[in-house]
Amino acid sequence: MFLQITHLSKHFETQQGTLVVLKDINMEIEQGEFICAVGASGSGKSTLLRQIAGLDTPTTGEVKIDGKTVTGPGPDRGMVFQHYTLYPWMNVQENTEFGLKLQGVPKPVRREQASYYLNVVGLTRFAQSLPKELSGGMKQRVAIARALASEPKVLLMDEPFGALDIHTKESMHEFMLDLWQRTGITIFMITHDVEEAVLLSNRIFALGARPGTVRKVITINLPNRSHTIKRHSIFHDYRDELMELLRKHGQEAVSAFT
Amino acid sequence: MSQSIHPPRSIQSYIKPKTVRPTVFWRLAEDIPKSLQTGLMIASIAIPLFLWWAVTTFGNIDPKFLPSPAAVLQAFGRLWSTRELLKDTVASLWRVGVGFLWAAFFSIPVGLLMGSFPSIRALLEPIFGLMRYMPAPAFIPLLILYLGIGEEPKIMLIFIGVFFFNSLMVMDTVKFVPKDLIEATYMLGGDRWAALTQVILPHVLPGIIDACRINLAAAWQLVIVSELIAANEGLGRRISVAGRFLRTDEIFVGLIVIGVIGLMFDLLFQYLLRVSCQWASQKR
Repeated sequence: MFLQITHLSKHFETQQGTLVVLKDINMEIEQGEFICAVGASGSGKSTLLRQIAGLDTPTTGEVKIDGKTVTGPGPDRGMVFQHYTLYPWMNVQENTEFGLKLQGVPKPVRREQASYYLNVVGLTRFAQSLPKELSGGMKQRVAIARALASEPKVLLMDEPFGALDIHTKESMHEFMLDLWQRTGITIFMITHDVEEAVLLSNRIFALGARPGTVRKVITINLPNRSHTIKRHSIFHDYRDELMELLRKHGQEAVSAFT
Repeated sequence: MSQSIHPPRSIQSYIKPKTVRPTVFWRLAEDIPKSLQTGLMIASIAIPLFLWWAVTTFGNIDPKFLPSPAAVLQAFGRLWSTRELLKDTVASLWRVGVGFLWAAFFSIPVGLLMGSFPSIRALLEPIFGLMRYMPAPAFIPLLILYLGIGEEPKIMLIFIGVFFFNSLMVMDTVKFVPKDLIEATYMLGGDRWAALTQVILPHVLPGIIDACRINLAAAWQLVIVSELIAANEGLGRRISVAGRFLRTDEIFVGLIVIGVIGLMFDLLFQYLLRVSCQWASQKR
């Protein structure tokens, strides 16, 4: 088992008492899988990702990657945040190299490595640009290149395309599928976008809210993964099943006039 | 489930039609044409200068009370030719330079640590907050008692006046470093030291330069205050002596030189900010 989450719970102490955000999460993920954890707001999906990243410590249970228990953040897990986290004073090349620099990789090696991954994400032309000169989609591609440059065991993504417009989002989906096929890297992505999850992942963990628990694991078998598949009934079936799950286990729908 | 909505009453009769009309002069938080801006900036200096000239030329005013621009210019020439003005300026600049640089040298790292570590902040913020509200000039009697009447108490006064303010202002700039950026650094293999020196420090550098710019103005005021007490030379000393002998024109020379030097410092720091932190230029 490559990425293993066992009996993971996370509690927060609040003034109203103990808030159970995640309850008894169990996941077993093989190398090379593209996993999406889907849930409505309140399902603790970002909290879950923070436990895998090691940015937070679980109240009970543990996360193991390649047999090693996660005890803190580290470059063996490449992280792409929801908000843009490029360093604004560094150009694209320097941003991509930064992780390697922190890990003491010699300059010529890290330059070569960063250039390679900038080419993978199609941004070689923008190596000398500052982040403020890039569009949202380009910024996230740099963040992906920066994470990949450290050759992580797993790529963690926290709603990375949430802030992008629909067309940019679609091209990022194509980009992610292509990247996954070419590199074979294990990807664990958090999203609330059901169609995004069905299109991209080979398995989906549907999370219910309050407390966040795994309600169902769905294996996705699509004949192909182009955007046209969205018109097929098989895609609709997966989507509707997930929507129904989230509706049932998500936050109570709020309506002003009932 | 769905009912139609009935608000308590119609508010249409209360609403007066209103629109934002186009304007040039009253543009709110927008750029104005370059020519208008330049014109207004010239007027900003030229109008007071003209009023001063008009009042002293056409009004019947005692030059001991308000000397004319020409008389002040003459006094400037006199003080310049005897090299007194240069000596005074150099003396004041030296005190500000030494006092301010020491204060910046200590306050920048201290402020950075206070902003970055809640523990250091809890340890230092209460006492710094208290010290900040003690006016630096109120320390003069103590400084004379402890350090005599030489250069030391004057430099110490500037140090006290700048150190606490600058520490707290640098501390505040750290608040604007996004937490994500620090966490991203950890995920990339950086430790706390790397996050502090390679992420927080460059991110707050524009803020540090700005804090120093503002506190240099405070230092420049304090040096004048310190020289009013006891000094052999200095621009503050010059004003105080001129006052004693009713040489109002020399008071004006002193004031104007102080103002112009202060403005030049300010422009220098603004330039420094522009060239060193181009990435931040659009944000401010």
